[in-house]
Amino acid sequence: MSLDLAPPDLFTEARRQIEICNACRYCEGFCAVFPAMTRQKSFADGDLTQLANLCHNCRGCYYSCQYTEPHEFALNIPAALAEVRVDSWERLIRPQRLARLFQNHGVAMAGLAVVALAGFFWALSALKPESGAGFYAYLAHNTLVAIFVPAFLAPLVLIALALRDYWHEVGGGRIRLAHLRQALGSAARMKNLSGGHGQGCNFEREDRYSDRRRQFHQLMMYGFLLCFAATSSGTVMHYAFGWEAPYPLFSLPKLLGVPGGLMMVAGCFGLAALKLRADPALGAQRVWGGEMAFILLLGVVALTGLALYAVTGTALVAPLLAIHLATVMVLFLLMPFSKMVHGFFRLAALLAEAGKPAPAGSQP
Amino acid sequence: MKDWPEVFDIAVVGGGNAALCAAITAAETGARVLILEGAPKPYRGGNSRHTRNFRCMHRGPLSVLTGSYEEEEYFHDLMLVTKGKTDEGLARMAIRSSEECLPWMQAHGVCFQPSLSGTLSLSRTNAFFLGGGKALVNAYYNAATDLGVKIAYEAQVQHVHRDGDHITHLEAEIAGRPVTVQARAFVLASGGFQADLDWLARAWGPSARNFLIRGTPYNRGVVLKDLLDQGADSVGDPTQCHAVAIDGRAPKYDGGIVTRLDCVPFSIVVNRDGQRFYNEGEDVWPKRYAIWGRLVAAQPDQVGYALIDSKSMDLFMPSVFPPVTAATIEDLAVKMGLDPAALRATVDGFNAACRPGPFHPTELDGLATEGLEIAKTNWARPLDQPPFYGYQLRPGVTFTYLGLKVDSQAQVHTQDGPIRNLWAAGEIMAGSILGQGYLAGFGMTIGTVFGRIAGKEAAAHVA
Repeated sequence: MSLDLAPPDLFTEARRQIEICNACRYCEGFCAVFPAMTRQKSFADGDLTQLANLCHNCRGCYYSCQYTEPHEFALNIPAALAEVRVDSWERLIRPQRLARLFQNHGVAMAGLAVVALAGFFWALSALKPESGAGFYAYLAHNTLVAIFVPAFLAPLVLIALALRDYWHEVGGGRIRLAHLRQALGSAARMKNLSGGHGQGCNFEREDRYSDRRRQFHQLMMYGFLLCFAATSSGTVMHYAFGWEAPYPLFSLPKLLGVPGGLMMVAGCFGLAALKLRADPALGAQRVWGGEMAFILLLGVVALTGLALYAVTGTALVAPLLAIHLATVMVLFLLMPFSKMVHGFFRLAALLAEAGKPAPAGSQP
Repeated sequence: MKDWPEVFDIAVVGGGNAALCAAITAAETGARVLILEGAPKPYRGGNSRHTRNFRCMHRGPLSVLTGSYEEEEYFHDLMLVTKGKTDEGLARMAIRSSEECLPWMQAHGVCFQPSLSGTLSLSRTNAFFLGGGKALVNAYYNAATDLGVKIAYEAQVQHVHRDGDHITHLEAEIAGRPVTVQARAFVLASGGFQADLDWLARAWGPSARNFLIRGTPYNRGVVLKDLLDQGADSVGDPTQCHAVAIDGRAPKYDGGIVTRLDCVPFSIVVNRDGQRFYNEGEDVWPKRYAIWGRLVAAQPDQVGYALIDSKSMDLFMPSVFPPVTAATIEDLAVKMGLDPAALRATVDGFNAACRPGPFHPTELDGLATEGLEIAKTNWARPLDQPPFYGYQLRPGVTFTYLGLKVDSQAQVHTQDGPIRNLWAAGEIMAGSILGQGYLAGFGMTIGTVFGRIAGKEAAAHVA
């Protein structure tokens, strides 16, 4: 099926560039990509897919490169790898058609948000329960569970299937605890955005280093994890201890969720601002809109969640609840089809890398 | 001709490592400094943008450098490559100063990394720039900009106007428009003349037109020639350049590091006529790569062909162009434009002279041919396992030796004595220390040490 194939020139161009890179190696200390490429002299498509997903688009290699345009070698490694990376998500996630649609078009995401919004406004009026406290006065707990559990789990199944194909494509080996620890350690510190020297990347300040992107991404990622933990703790409290929402400020869901939400808001709008300043030509340009829409979606999820807490007891709860639930729904549904999927692929790439033999000449 | 609207304290001619070190050092004293970089911004930095490390003396582990590398050993290494063609006083000063340069470089934004894979032999002596020389150049341009240094790109200085023992102004073309630049002191750091093929051809002979230039096309020696024409003291053999054997398919200019070929010790190298001409296994490659440019330059058409078989393919760093590949020696000869019969005879003769024995690619293994007029004294294994691979070799010029003779203050002289407000740093004066050969990372050492001295002296002059 022709749809299954990547545009052939994508890999050809990435291979051409990586082979020049591999003959130079000046950038070895920036990130995991360059030591990884020293294992080979020739690169299969799977090798390129793996390098592409290891790349965090820090751009250190671009601004240091003696072979960028106007040089005839015309290297632009961050862009070449970004193209292969986005292509790998679109190829390996099924259905590919949806992945292409939402990765590429922020408008599609906005369209889905409108549909979700209409759905929840309808649900709030049509399915309003007879009794219930807090949110549950508007939508019964069981209704929420019935809607969101499948909307959360089904996308995760799609991602799991894609990761299985990814593992096969890049030749991943058996996973050991040490590999997992190494991969999670790299992700937790965003080691590959440190520039290798700890001064950060070259994302938004051209050839000057900046740690902003790493900081905002950490806020975003840990904020998201806190919010996720808040929801999980609420679930546990609900089912295990029969303690139902709404929860007071000094409860686990709120203590985790409020700072998490604030961190997400700061992280999202920070990342969006950096993205506006960064040179789009050093990334996968065609998905710029889709990526930006995804960042803003995360910000809106966090913002409406916080706002919902702030308006407790007022008439604004119903519309805000509809908006918040709609954005969460879009986020969940689009996990496999949006930039969100990069987290899963990135972790898989770090894990696969941890399982490969140490590159020649690598430092102990 | 238009005057640059501002009169500067110091004008620095050139925009590579030495120029930047001079400009930053001077600007830190409060001097108003202008950098005149001949290249457009994407190509700024001269040959520094192609460099990768800095040879540094150190009495104990320092930054990424392991062990120690003391003055005597460093000087001894320099004497080995220059065969004594150096100024011992200047050389020792450069060596001693290199130790304090490294922290200075870090303080001005240069990041170092452990020695690259495949270069472990340099981990003690050479500090590698993270991202290479262009990252260093970027860091210095940022440092200079933050200090208020003005930078003019596409600023090609044509003439340094001398009035007796001092320089009055520069005549330049900036972005194609003639401009006069006034300053109170001047630093020349505009490199050698290796990109001027006419000059190379006059110095070396017409065959120089077949040479490839590994670095920037902007080092045309215009300022160097202008100063020499005005009677500035010179140093270095005007007919010589440093050349290594690189991939013959490399771009005419600016191919840089990726065009190098490290396969020679495991190959046989033949000339246009299919004949071997030198012992490919004389010594480990880091000690021999520098002579092969000259060896190839002496062959007909200035071309050589390194041939290996499949046994040796993974023993050296990959190069940027894939090798020519063939199932037989004859096919390889045809594909490379060599006479199949002649190449067959050379390979047969070589294979017959090989002897069994242990092969160690990383050390002198003594696996030598027997009975050949031109022996191969290490790593001599028959070419007998197809596929066969071939790389075309051409001389790639790195730099030229002719330069301005400077004193320990980096000051430029004529026979009447010093030019009071003129200093030189980097490749334009490196011949003062490096009269022959090359020591990896030493060009950056000379540039950094003398750039800083020139900047300091020029700043003191205008203070």
